[in-house]
Amino acid sequence: MSDHEYTPKSKFGKWFNDRLPLLTLANHLTDYPTPKNLNYWWTFGGILTFCLITQIVTGLVLAMHYIAHADMAFDSVEHIMRDVNYGWLIRYIHANGASMFFLAVYIHIFRSLFYGSYKAPREIIWIIGIIIYLLMMAAAFLGYVLPWGQMSFWGATVITNLFSAIPLVGEGIVTWLWGGYSVDNPTLTRFFTLHYLIPFLILGLVVLHIWALHVPGNNNPVGIDIKKPSKDTVPFHPYIVIKDGFALLMFMIVFAFFVFYTPNILGHADNYIEANPLVTPAHIVPEWYLLPFYAILRSVPDKLLGVVAMLSAILILAALPWLDTSKIRSAVFRPLYRQFYWILVADVLILGYVGAMPAEGLYLLVARVATAYYFLHFLVILPVLGWKEKTLPIPLSITEPILGGSPNLATAKNKESLNK
Amino acid sequence: MKNFFKIFSFIILFSGLSLSIQAAEKIEYLKTDWSFKGLFGKFDRAALQRGYQVYTEVCSSCHSMKYLSYRNLAEKGGPEFSIEQAKAIAASFEVKDGPNSDGDMFTRPGRLSDKFVMPYDNVQAAQAANGGAYPPDMSVLVKARGGGVDYIYSLLQGYEDPPAGVTLDDGVYYNKYMYGNKIKMANQLSDGLVEYSDGTTASVEQMSKDVTTFLMWSAEPHLESRHQMGFKAILYLIILTILVYFSMKRIWSRIETEV
Repeated sequence: MSDHEYTPKSKFGKWFNDRLPLLTLANHLTDYPTPKNLNYWWTFGGILTFCLITQIVTGLVLAMHYIAHADMAFDSVEHIMRDVNYGWLIRYIHANGASMFFLAVYIHIFRSLFYGSYKAPREIIWIIGIIIYLLMMAAAFLGYVLPWGQMSFWGATVITNLFSAIPLVGEGIVTWLWGGYSVDNPTLTRFFTLHYLIPFLILGLVVLHIWALHVPGNNNPVGIDIKKPSKDTVPFHPYIVIKDGFALLMFMIVFAFFVFYTPNILGHADNYIEANPLVTPAHIVPEWYLLPFYAILRSVPDKLLGVVAMLSAILILAALPWLDTSKIRSAVFRPLYRQFYWILVADVLILGYVGAMPAEGLYLLVARVATAYYFLHFLVILPVLGWKEKTLPIPLSITEPILGGSPNLATAKNKESLNK
Repeated sequence: MKNFFKIFSFIILFSGLSLSIQAAEKIEYLKTDWSFKGLFGKFDRAALQRGYQVYTEVCSSCHSMKYLSYRNLAEKGGPEFSIEQAKAIAASFEVKDGPNSDGDMFTRPGRLSDKFVMPYDNVQAAQAANGGAYPPDMSVLVKARGGGVDYIYSLLQGYEDPPAGVTLDDGVYYNKYMYGNKIKMANQLSDGLVEYSDGTTASVEQMSKDVTTFLMWSAEPHLESRHQMGFKAILYLIILTILVYFSMKRIWSRIETEV
């Protein structure tokens, strides 16, 4: 893993390290050569690690006070909010933490899309990332059920019912998932168990994600391979540590604002009404971070095909390294891809918006067009673009564009005009 | 740094977007200035005490508040009745307790540790007494309604005669702020309905505001400490961020790259 041999200074350190090379690992992590032109979009990896740890720690405390029982779950959440010391703080951090986690992961994913970080030799990092993202969605959905409010109950009913679309065995699977003939106490207890399990699976995958990252090293805004260590890199500590720390603090300010001043704005009011199987809410909507996929699901008139479309929308990302045929990684040097990238961002935002609206009339039409475009982007535009696009000349090293200032788009554009 | 502000404004934009999606669904509610809004928002103590009076004298005959205990009335950040007052309030209610050593249930005067006494024994009894509609528990009602305090405040003052063409069944009333405009709760408030001990004129508007303030507290009993802690936390984070920014500049100045 490490590029140079490391020997601990102390005798004990050497003795220990020969048996378990933890010190070598620590040395590798601090010295890890990182491209020095990484911009702030690269700080979200660290931010996401913070989000995961925060969710696990607050979640552990919540689990000490929460009661996973259909008759007591809602009451126990109110107990946490009222009578547990700083229970309100822990719960609001956990609930808003989920939203902040997704906000960060979307930025992280779109960073990767812009700079082509998923391309060779980083396909495995990308695929592990997609699995983490899937598990995050599962954890978030399961967690949203636990307060046992109206949206919890009906959200669980809608999502689990998706499995009934599977031919022949669908109904049986749904009954098996529920542990009964409707969403009820057995469903709640198993959801709690799984919600507790998944974060630790994610933690394990994060270790693999970082391990896989440390083999080829970071991609960078210029998207070219760099020699490590070299003039183009800085050691992870202190350069990247302090920069990630600074970005994390800024992120925490936004996070704190939500927790302390608008803690319920990202949730749905109906979830403060205790679950009632006899009363269906007027609109059943998932949390904001699942809305684009919800829109895709609803835009297909057939139930089974809708589920297939929704799943494909996520799984298609795993095939991205092979769908994108361009040899150039960074969008900075791909003038056409850059345009399509921003159209895709707009497309996903539109899907999110119509996902929150009733599936009828104009909204439904927009959802269908946006869904079609989403798949068009990955299945047609990306492969064709790779063959047809005339890319800009790429620099030989990252030091080259840096000398002109910062390695951002404007610099690259200036360079482009200078080249002419 | 420029790039960084781009990200930061992106996050702010996202927050704004999520707020505006919520706002899009709102109807125009009646406006009033709430003392508990804003960075330093606190409850108006007198309004909370008056609101409690409105709740007990008017709402509590149908609406329960099952998550509140009488001790909460004396706690910091709430109506802050004195312990003696809260004890007296609790003692004015009959609480069912037991079984005693003979195996019998009995009633006794309430204590601080008791939960608010419920108007009905169960949901079915509440429905039977209210034409089939269950008067919702009011502990977290403000958070359980899209428009929050503005919605409750408006609803209490939103009763009017139905417009031409709208026919109402028996026991159904017209309210312009209610979802679908039909509500099974009759107009409860009228000027001078309660007699405030602090001499405030009990207009419908005043009572609506007071009881809504009380409901906000009951839904968010730790709102004041949340605001206080939030201010300190964010101030701390900002100062730390500035310090870390300069450390970062210092460290990165060792190499020619900009951060």
